[in-house]
Amino acid sequence: MSPDRLYPDDPAEAFDRPPVEFDDREGRPVTIQRYDGSEDGFESLVEMYVAFDPEDRAQGIPPTGEQQVRDWLDHILTDDCVNVVAVLEDGRRIGHATLVPDVPESRRDAGDGSEAYELAIFVLAAYQGAGIGTRLIRALLGAGQESELERVWLTVERWNHPAVALYKKVGFETSRTESFELEMSLRLR
Amino acid sequence: MRTLVGIGGSDDSLRALAVALERAQDAGDEVTVAVVENPDSDLSVEEVETRVHEHLDERTLDADVRVLRGHPGSQLVDVADSEGFDRIVLGGGETSPLGKISIGSIAEFVLLNANTSVTLIR
Repeated sequence: MSPDRLYPDDPAEAFDRPPVEFDDREGRPVTIQRYDGSEDGFESLVEMYVAFDPEDRAQGIPPTGEQQVRDWLDHILTDDCVNVVAVLEDGRRIGHATLVPDVPESRRDAGDGSEAYELAIFVLAAYQGAGIGTRLIRALLGAGQESELERVWLTVERWNHPAVALYKKVGFETSRTESFELEMSLRLR
Repeated sequence: MRTLVGIGGSDDSLRALAVALERAQDAGDEVTVAVVENPDSDLSVEEVETRVHEHLDERTLDADVRVLRGHPGSQLVDVADSEGFDRIVLGGGETSPLGKISIGSIAEFVLLNANTSVTLIR
């Protein structure tokens, strides 16, 4: 991705940090927490993505097929990424949001300055439209502020108006409009 | 079949070159490799041209290699349409840090403007 990406001049608001507990608009109790790295946590995310509606895929993610999902999760659930999950009372994961650095920590030189992070968010179809996505992205950005990240960016299909509206609501601004996908960016601090 | 392979020097375009040449050799297709000016590429047009010739030598494959100066997408479409090519082959896009595929500006222009079929190599 282009290193000359534009970011808003002013930082976004201070977001609540996870864990965050609430009832969604259907009255279902949901907790948003940082990904804990446990085997149960990992397997529950695999289950969520294998059940993911192919219609809700964006630019090839989540990948299809269990092994592909596992490989992809191994790549984005590393310690240099920020991950939060939405968990039901019975422990099932029904949402996940992630911040992945442009350059992994292992390939960075000392003094490189702060890294920019790419954002993505996923909510299982049966749980969409109940306010979970808003809570999830706010908690992710709160976790990002807690981890002292500065710059976040994302791409979104330009016809995906609900997603674009959500990103704008939390402070993302459009940074590039000339390609297939809309690019948006936000400053955390 | 007459295939026009468009290469700008990005990683995905170099991958596409290798796949397209292999496929053309298997199928006995006639290949023209067009080196275009991709502003996002780290390699110069001359460096890309050298790579193309290395690939061809390795495969002992004979192909027309030419450099198209100017706007890469429109140059490719122009050559394909005016010279009777059946297909344009391009790189299938780069992946973002978290694994999203994005299509390059050249592929996007060609997809929207070409009259021939277009193949993106994944």
